[in-house]
Amino acid sequence: MTVAVEASDLSKTFGDVEAVKDVSFKVGKGEFFGFLGPNGAGKTTTIRMLTGLITPDSGKALIDGIDPQKDPIHAKMKMGIIPEFGNIYVDLTAKENLHLAGKFYGMSKKEREKRASELLQILKLKGRENDAVRNFSKGMKQRVNIGCAIIHEPPVLFLDEPTSGLDVQSKRLVVDIVTEMKEKGSTIFLTTHNIQEANELCERVGIIHEGDLVAIDSPERLRNTFDKTQSIEVSIEGEFDIDMLHNDHVNKIERSGDKLTIFTDHPDVTVKRLVKLTDEEDLKILSLRTQGPSLEEAFVRLTGDNE
Amino acid sequence: MRYSEFLRGVITTAEKDVKIYYKKPPVIIFGLLFPFLMFLAFYIGRKVELSLFFPGFLAMTLFFTSSSVGPLVTPWERQAGTYERLLSYPVNIKAVLMGDILAGSVFGIAISSVVLVGSLFFINMQIVNVGMLLASILMGAVAFSSLGVLISAPATTSPSSIMMLSSLIRFPLIFISGIFIPLSQMKGVIKYMSYISPLTYLVDSFHSGIGGKNVLPTGIGILALLIFSGLFLLLAIKIHKRNMVKGL
Ligand SMILES: Nc1ncnc2c1ncn2[C@@H]1O[C@H](COP(=O)(O)OP(=O)(O)OP(=O)(O)O)[C@@H](O)[C@H]1O
Ligand SMILES: [Mg+2]
Repeated sequence: MTVAVEASDLSKTFGDVEAVKDVSFKVGKGEFFGFLGPNGAGKTTTIRMLTGLITPDSGKALIDGIDPQKDPIHAKMKMGIIPEFGNIYVDLTAKENLHLAGKFYGMSKKEREKRASELLQILKLKGRENDAVRNFSKGMKQRVNIGCAIIHEPPVLFLDEPTSGLDVQSKRLVVDIVTEMKEKGSTIFLTTHNIQEANELCERVGIIHEGDLVAIDSPERLRNTFDKTQSIEVSIEGEFDIDMLHNDHVNKIERSGDKLTIFTDHPDVTVKRLVKLTDEEDLKILSLRTQGPSLEEAFVRLTGDNE
Repeated sequence: MRYSEFLRGVITTAEKDVKIYYKKPPVIIFGLLFPFLMFLAFYIGRKVELSLFFPGFLAMTLFFTSSSVGPLVTPWERQAGTYERLLSYPVNIKAVLMGDILAGSVFGIAISSVVLVGSLFFINMQIVNVGMLLASILMGAVAFSSLGVLISAPATTSPSSIMMLSSLIRFPLIFISGIFIPLSQMKGVIKYMSYISPLTYLVDSFHSGIGGKNVLPTGIGILALLIFSGLFLLLAIKIHKRNMVKGL
């Protein structure tokens, strides 16, 4: 495997918070890599160290063999970066933002013109290119943002939660663009806290929690773990024995207040059993909700397995 | 190769500043309106020899215009959330700051040149050394825009608090400089204090270009401004680097 992104023992502490602890991994050229973790896990901090925006306390990053700490300008020439909180210039138009990005990447005027008009088409912004970005919707701004990051067709693309807060349509468009970049041979590094998204898009997923990289694997193999973290939240009126709810597919039952959370890798079977049981025992179900895989729970399982 | 990429970062950053920040109210107020009002306050009702005070006025104009862009840019970008995006492009903090300095200098030089050329028509002044005059404008612009960039270094996302800070720093520098009292008439402590202000050196440099009544030996002013520029730039880079993460 030719390595496009390499992290070796990256660590960063802010005050008392160990944001990232000795994180190491390699991402192959052309790979779609997902970096999955709940809020505050250290995803953004890791991306910022990889892209040379902040200096790690220890450890090292390499992008296409270039150390972004030693040679940030050349390293960044090879990357397209969409920061989590990075906004484009609202005083400029969509086209001006794209041209500005192109200039930073050293593209000639002719190249910029060509690429900008191509991108405006792809990003579905034709007709709005000369409007100030100030008046754009969030989804439109994010599209311009992505345009600015891929105008130079970078070999490595970093995206920090690029779809968070976007509607389904904008999400789709973002995903399509990134997928196309990957098909053209770019390496993609994407962070998300959405398990579904990671499963669908990524060839390999790294899971980070409280600064620790707890697992790296293909989504298929992680699915096994994730599946066990699906749950049913139920509230039942009346006296009954919790143990009655256990079956082969139930891993764990947690009680909080009058709610029970039943972790199961088979929600279908479990719900049917639950309904039958409560019917037989003449209990009343006040509320019932199935929940998708939980990252927090997956983390508990993963570290549990490791220990 | 490496230098050309660095330079590209500097120039592109400056271009961005020109496009976005020249039009912002604090730049218009402090960079254009304010020197104009000072000009009126300065001349109206004062029976002074205009040509004698012109170097001081020109220095003040250059001071305010050049130092008005720098304090605005970084805090504004932090507030608008564009700072991290900017730093994600192939630039480093040095290139960004030098771009801001370039944008500030160009603004100062352009406005001051207009003031200078316009004044030539109705003030009878003797330009004795064109080279010194131009060199002073250039070095003054660089020194003061570097000061402006240094002022923007604190890790805040509030442009208005930086504008406050910039007034707190800029006004005293004017009052202790040789603008209101000519350097030749200052004595004792006041005279030594005036040497702290970079503005003093610019005024004196202008005197060596216009009218020839400089107090310090010709060229010392330029040298002092050069040293100030270097100092401001180094400090700015150091503090901006330190505060970079906080502003992301
Ligand atoms: N500049 C900073 N100063 C102080 N603490 C920070 C800073 N940046 C991050 N942290 C802390 O480091 C930890 C990791 O933060 P980080 O932003 O990397 O998480 P994340 O995985 O990106 O979370 P999210 O999903 O919410 O974006 C958090 O506890 C956060 O509070
Ligand atoms: Mg984040």
